[in-house]
Amino acid sequence: MSKFKSLEEAIKELVHDGDTIAMEGFTHLIPFAAANEIIRQGLSDLTLVRMTPDLIYDRLIGAGCASKLVFSWGGNPGVGSLNRFRDAVQNGWPKPLEIEEHTHAGLSNRYLAGATGLPFAVIRGYQGTDLISVTNNVAEITCPFTGERLTAVAALNPDVTIIHAQQADREGNICLWGITGIQKEAALAAKKVIVTVEEVVDAFAPRSNSTVIPSFVVSAIAIAPHGASPSYALDYYIRDNDAYIAWNAISKERESFEAWLVSEGLRK
Amino acid sequence: MMTVSAARTLKNGDSCFVGIGIPSTAAILAKATHAPDLVLIYESGTIDTNPTRLPLSIGDGELAQTALTVVSIPEIFNYWLQPGRIKIGFLGAAQVDKFGNINTTFIGGTYKNPTVRLPGAGGATEIAGACQDTTIICRQSTRTFLEKIDFITSVGYGSGPNSRKSYGLIGNGPTTVITDLGILEPDPDSCELTLTKIHQNVDVDAVIAATGWKLKISKDLEVTTPPTDQELLFLRKLNPPKKS
Repeated sequence: MSKFKSLEEAIKELVHDGDTIAMEGFTHLIPFAAANEIIRQGLSDLTLVRMTPDLIYDRLIGAGCASKLVFSWGGNPGVGSLNRFRDAVQNGWPKPLEIEEHTHAGLSNRYLAGATGLPFAVIRGYQGTDLISVTNNVAEITCPFTGERLTAVAALNPDVTIIHAQQADREGNICLWGITGIQKEAALAAKKVIVTVEEVVDAFAPRSNSTVIPSFVVSAIAIAPHGASPSYALDYYIRDNDAYIAWNAISKERESFEAWLVSEGLRK
Repeated sequence: MMTVSAARTLKNGDSCFVGIGIPSTAAILAKATHAPDLVLIYESGTIDTNPTRLPLSIGDGELAQTALTVVSIPEIFNYWLQPGRIKIGFLGAAQVDKFGNINTTFIGGTYKNPTVRLPGAGGATEIAGACQDTTIICRQSTRTFLEKIDFITSVGYGSGPNSRKSYGLIGNGPTTVITDLGILEPDPDSCELTLTKIHQNVDVDAVIAATGWKLKISKDLEVTTPPTDQELLFLRKLNPPKKS
């Protein structure tokens, strides 16, 4: 059966209310088109996981899709604050948002444990910070060999991981390159994987620094040209920095954000 | 002056873990002037990158395209940062205490009900832990330099000289704190941040007044060298004044 579906079909079949969803892409290849589809379908009560919530989760949070956020840095990169995220944490609008907050190393190692089939990963970190007392899924551990105090972070296995890649081939293998962040670990940690791609090609060109995800771990592929905009897709288009700056004004007030949802056709 | 001071802390041949904003500008300035062999590393996974313009974000395509190599996020933190391979890390802060502990999580209220929610840790906690030396860059006022900060996101010297060892942190901690008024460095015995340099035309009393704890002043207080023409020219080229 073909894994190629429309984005609408892929989200409808594989993402459900209450699921834990990871949408990764570290400033590059952020799966915005898939997030817009989730808003359009009115999914709710999601646990959203992402190292950098970025504009993509600011939108999902503001649209009321999320009940919990697992993250490690919640700003508008290079611009400032995420206003919808702040409004949810500070004022509970549009609904209260539970948070589970990590460091980048902590959250990336939660994915790594999930991808490698272990119950936890070990890092040197969190000790001496106040994070360790407010964050679940982090615990102090003693090294059985040296007696050192280290930190264990629990495995993370999302119901669905959604990523955006430059290319799929006709067999449904996936190729992404440039800054590939945590996508491979997030995909391999998940029960189901949805990938949106810029285009389908006959064969991948040999490239240094490319990451290939084999078809057999992918649940569905949707072709979504410009699907990472306003972030960028290396060798396809650059970051729409004006859109990142403009987001600050759009997201500032609840009214302007809701008007934006309607104007983008994400809400009637 | 903060940017120039930050650039001057970088030596030729150092490796530097860089963030967006002043750290990027300072690192690019250092590389263009006195430290051409400086190795720039960004948490997005770009190693030995050579940007010709200021990156718009930590994962700007410019950083990937000019890098010696690009690695994944778990690799940058687990293989490169955690073992202490990187010499210098730059850190920003919303609040700093006298032991160089940093808050970037929230201001006012409680953790669960913050008055102002900030972005959080990102890579800062592990940079603070594992880089050999860290440089904190932060504007100095009684709102930012506090006796007690609202939340410890990243550890400086904890509660004094023995804290870092007890937490298992392998780096030396914050060796330099650069502000718009001067430069603070930890006292070799107590680890308390002490004013060691002051920028030209800044009054010591003004620095004391802008600090939320009883600031100690070094006996050998120096005045920083103002930016050179070469430094200013390069900064203007890199960061042209915005048209309003």
